[in-house]
Amino acid sequence: MLVPILKQGEYIIASIQSELSDADLLKLRDDLVRRVSEFRSRGVIVDVTVLDVMDSFATRTLRSMAHMIMLRGAETVIVGIQPEVAFSMVQLGLKLEGVKTALDLEEGLTLLDNRIKKGDKKLGK
Amino acid sequence: MKKRRIMKKEKISQPTPESEAALRQELVEHFREKREMLRQQWVQHMTAKGLLAGLTQEEIETESITIYDTVIVCLETGEYEDAQTYAARMAERGVLRGMTTEQIIGGLLTLRDVYGRSLFERYQHDMEGLSAALDIYEPVANKILSIVALSFIEEREKIVSQQQEAIKELSTPVLQVRDQLLILPIIGVIDTHRARQLTEQLLRTIRAKRAKVVVMDITGVPAVDSKIAGHLVQTVDASKLMGATVVVTGISPEIAQTLVTLGVDIAKMNTVGDLQGGIEEADQLLGYKTIRIEPETSLNHQEKKVQ
Amino acid sequence: MENEVCIPINSEFDIVTARQKGKEMAVPLGFSNTELTLIATAISEVVRNIVEYARSGELCLNIVREGDKRGIAVIASDRGPGIPNIKLAMQDGYSTGKSLGLGLPGAKRLMDEFEIVSEVGKGTKITMKKWVQKNVR
Repeated sequence: MLVPILKQGEYIIASIQSELSDADLLKLRDDLVRRVSEFRSRGVIVDVTVLDVMDSFATRTLRSMAHMIMLRGAETVIVGIQPEVAFSMVQLGLKLEGVKTALDLEEGLTLLDNRIKKGDKKLGK
Repeated sequence: MKKRRIMKKEKISQPTPESEAALRQELVEHFREKREMLRQQWVQHMTAKGLLAGLTQEEIETESITIYDTVIVCLETGEYEDAQTYAARMAERGVLRGMTTEQIIGGLLTLRDVYGRSLFERYQHDMEGLSAALDIYEPVANKILSIVALSFIEEREKIVSQQQEAIKELSTPVLQVRDQLLILPIIGVIDTHRARQLTEQLLRTIRAKRAKVVVMDITGVPAVDSKIAGHLVQTVDASKLMGATVVVTGISPEIAQTLVTLGVDIAKMNTVGDLQGGIEEADQLLGYKTIRIEPETSLNHQEKKVQ
Repeated sequence: MENEVCIPINSEFDIVTARQKGKEMAVPLGFSNTELTLIATAISEVVRNIVEYARSGELCLNIVREGDKRGIAVIASDRGPGIPNIKLAMQDGYSTGKSLGLGLPGAKRLMDEFEIVSEVGKGTKITMKKWVQKNVR
């Protein structure tokens, strides 16, 4: 499953289009990390609107991805977690600690703008 | 010798399956033959008891025929599926039309009596025959009555349930105060079901209204146990996943104590004393600033002018 | 509409298949969207366990009835190494991120009923059920 990755100025936007297997998720992570270095991006947005399940593996992978991207000097924002998915995640006890989240792409971009413009160099939360 | 005497004492002979089937068929034919007469009788009785108020002549005609025939079919075949189906449909329509239990059950009880009386009449000179006939007829009548009663009760319960849900939703409103700001006042005792419902409703509203801050006020919550505390934390965490910050207000000293004892990290939660403070905090988070407007345009000034 | 479906689990690609099928079977029962997600997520976790620890196994989905209750039963079974200490595995110290976490206490929280039988060297069988809330619909 190919995930379209777009470059938008200093940001990279990955828009997940369908359910991803474990291998797909790992590939996405590695692709994004690579591109951040390649483009010297300052922010990454991963849109998970389409995902109707976020299990422990997906959560772990997104966390490690955000961490790896942070080591390359960029911020990650996960956007589009649906109400049912957010509910299930907290029931399961999954935490996306250290990863920024926003309602959707628009909010995600605003968040990145605010943080980067403010020169916020805080790592993690 | 003794055996013979005991046999002579037995008055009623046990029915054979063949004789029972024959008697059953006899009853079915009897009721079919007398159909119009008995049905009219039934309608008359119901009218006299005032059970048919609100029904048109046509409806009375159609429904009474269907019911009468359905009972006969059950008597004949021993199968109650038709009765089941009809009862469910009738319950739905009946409850919708506002028919009372009295009307529905009363109507059937009257029919049962009409059938019964007709049997008494037929077998008035034959006690044994009457007894055998009733043995066949009574279980059928009673079974149909319970099928109908149950359908009616189920339908009623369904409606009450729906109404309760609607009331629950109304009593936990998520209010939009400003662009991107929601207020969730929680009042009363919360059980797990309601807590889940609240959380789900809040999360959906966050998405719909694109809220960034939620002020969750628990002034109206009398007490908190570990389950409710867990739900509270879950609500905060889940909202965060959707990009919204939750400010919890109205935590009484007792509840604060309980939360600390339960190990809830209050420091991590964004808590403010009261609702007003919560809204001010929310405003700050959203980047709003409250400015006092020019004195000339304020209400105070206008009133003074009029005086 | 089938009453029982069994999906062989042999690789991680079966995880998505299993949870999608689970959701598909649960929809006509009248579960809410949230409940469907809970079921799919629980399936994801137990099937993942099979893949990670037993390599292969089976996931069966059944529509169940008890009195006037209706629901879905999820049975995940494998002939893997088995769990030596079930009590420990079910302890709610589910760590977020460590691969040691078996995801079982989490799955239990998502479902209404949860039963686990496991024997070292023989295998594991997990039975989970979720019932449709009568009042809600």
